[in-house]
Amino acid sequence: MSEYLKEERAQEWRETLRKSVKTKERVSIPRGKMPEVDPVVRSRSYDEVNLGLTVELAVNESHRCLDCVDPTCISGCPVEINIPKFIKNIERGEFLEAAKTLKETSALPAVCGRVCPQERQCESQCFYRLKLKKEPVAIGHLERFAADYERLSGNISIPETAPSNGIKIAVVGSGPAGLAFAGDMVKLGYDVTVFEALHELGGVLRYGIPEFRLPNDIVDIEIDGLRKMGVQFETNCIVGKTISQEDLKADGFKAIFVGSGAGLPNFMNIPGENLIGVMSCNEYLTRVNLMQAADPESDTPVYKGKRVAVVGGGNTAMDAVRTARRLGAERAMIIYRRSEEEMPARVEEIKHAKEEGIEFYTLHNPLRYEGDERGRVQKMLLQRMELGTPDQSGRRRPVPIEGDTAWLEVDEVIVSVGVSPNPLIPQTFDGLEVTTWGTIVVNSDTMQTADEMIFAGGDIVRGGATVILAMGDGRKAAKAMDQHLSDRMIERFDDESTHQHISKSTD
Amino acid sequence: MNKIVSKEYLSDRVVKFEVEAPLIAKSRKAGHFVIVRVGKKGERIPYTIADADLKKGTITLVIQNVGKSSQKVCALNAGDYITDMVGPLGKATHIEHFGTVVCAAGGVGIAPMLPIIRAMKAAGNRVVSVLAARTKELIILENQVKEHSDEVIVMTDDGSYGEKGLITAGVEKVILREKVDLCVTIGPAIMMKFVSILTKKYDLPTVASLNTIMVDGTGMCGACRVTVGGQTRFVCVDGPEFDAHQVDFDEMLMRLKAYDK
Repeated sequence: MSEYLKEERAQEWRETLRKSVKTKERVSIPRGKMPEVDPVVRSRSYDEVNLGLTVELAVNESHRCLDCVDPTCISGCPVEINIPKFIKNIERGEFLEAAKTLKETSALPAVCGRVCPQERQCESQCFYRLKLKKEPVAIGHLERFAADYERLSGNISIPETAPSNGIKIAVVGSGPAGLAFAGDMVKLGYDVTVFEALHELGGVLRYGIPEFRLPNDIVDIEIDGLRKMGVQFETNCIVGKTISQEDLKADGFKAIFVGSGAGLPNFMNIPGENLIGVMSCNEYLTRVNLMQAADPESDTPVYKGKRVAVVGGGNTAMDAVRTARRLGAERAMIIYRRSEEEMPARVEEIKHAKEEGIEFYTLHNPLRYEGDERGRVQKMLLQRMELGTPDQSGRRRPVPIEGDTAWLEVDEVIVSVGVSPNPLIPQTFDGLEVTTWGTIVVNSDTMQTADEMIFAGGDIVRGGATVILAMGDGRKAAKAMDQHLSDRMIERFDDESTHQHISKSTD
Repeated sequence: MNKIVSKEYLSDRVVKFEVEAPLIAKSRKAGHFVIVRVGKKGERIPYTIADADLKKGTITLVIQNVGKSSQKVCALNAGDYITDMVGPLGKATHIEHFGTVVCAAGGVGIAPMLPIIRAMKAAGNRVVSVLAARTKELIILENQVKEHSDEVIVMTDDGSYGEKGLITAGVEKVILREKVDLCVTIGPAIMMKFVSILTKKYDLPTVASLNTIMVDGTGMCGACRVTVGGQTRFVCVDGPEFDAHQVDFDEMLMRLKAYDK
């Protein structure tokens, strides 16, 4: 455990708090439940599903945390939030302090409190889970509580920033990787500009994740916080198209962080996939989230199918199918080639989907689509599958059951079978090393690319991961880039003093 | 926000705008397009860049006043602002010295053809431009096309100007009388389809610039996908120009109607 964490833990208020309630009592408190909107109501509304913990629920839950000597939960957090410190602040009623603690290391706490897969990260490393084999402390719910409390209080704290060092840094993409990176760099005193291709900021937080899971207002407020810290944003600017790598250099940018994401949708290349009504999850979600196509005032249209099939089993597939339900689908169906156990989606998303009446066709895989005379999709042929031996991912491989197929009537199909890295930066930047999958090669400790002044993180490196892993990359890159630039400055200072020394001696 | 510097009616329903966009003006090439959005509830719509002025830092867009979103743009005046504009997008036209190039443009497609005509001419090609429209007043930018073409053939459906007949008749006339090395075609999908059928008959390599439905225009959504040579391609990042003989125009025509009621 780092010295900082030890010192923080040794503070008097933490000591007092630890002693105030017996461990036995703490562990006997059951894990609190997140209040949710009734499934029938919410499946017809775009409002957020999770309501957030009340003060009472949050304080009660915070009592469960044992403020461990070795807070293993922190090791499960890609951005290393000081979890016990923020939770203990909730316990003593200092909710604004709790929010400040989150912001020490996380640029987007209200976002993370909503979309992080905590069950696989901090909560999976909680003492309750590891040693007591009990339900872990609801760290994610508490994180959301603290961030929301601060926002609603109107007392939004702006983290302190170091005095400006005047060094210009460019960030490509305003998604979670870029925002986390920008937040850390601006704290260190750098002059940071984020370039975004779309007309709105936030990347996948904006165009991908729906309102009922992450309201746009939350994204706006977090970005506004970064703006107040001094981060500059340029929308409608595509690095590699509108401006080049050379333009950035000429404008005085000393280093670049690439967080351009994995925005390219994969298709299955099966017959009928170009029929009208068959589309990528990106198209569907972009229309609804970024372009607000469900709003009757919006000029952007969207299909509102009555029998909607979503192909895939990830979080994006769940977002799409639940969106379809909200847009009026009578049947909203998940078509997934493996079983529910292998689904990459979060447990909570699957649970919410089921409550909202989503039908699950697991062990089914589409073979082709057929349409009417106007080219509109009408039905899809499904191959029934069974599970065979495990594949490289460790999951049991889906194998077709010979001759076992069935037609399913559909009027809209959303293909959500993964995304590929955005090729623009790899294609237009010099000096990068790129894998055959199109991801940028980095040193995984520093996120530095083959070009020492270019760092990269998030899905452009990982090929398709989570918001929080992208944010972790952004933080790691910021730390390493700062170190690299400082080292370079010292080198240059040494060079210059040597040079001065030589010129003096020749005088 | 991009300021409209000037607005000019090329015909009743075709408007030419010069818009401030210094970065796009600097980096664009013939064949590139931009995505434009007007108003907070506006749609993202692609328009091919018709021209650029580096000194003024402007680009030129020529827009036909049909459809809700184009009407919104056309309702703007000099001094107004376009809410969002991003580009240049797509791949630039492949320009080289081919020999003789026929540039076959229909209606408002004449505008995006102009920079291609200019670039083809500058690369040392003999350029024969075939301009076509329903009627005389829809033939736009004829003088500018003339300036950079070795010859201009005008075709109108109703015979009110130039020769009476379809664009294919004009193109075929050139093919029959001289050796042509390349045909470039821009216009309505149905027109490009028939130009493509014609030139295929004569084994004349042909490039078509496709204008499909798009949302982001940067490869993210796939709304613009077309089948080219049996493969699905994205017009926004793999195009907008493709080997016309490989394009499945029937599928494209069908997909263009995706959101028709």
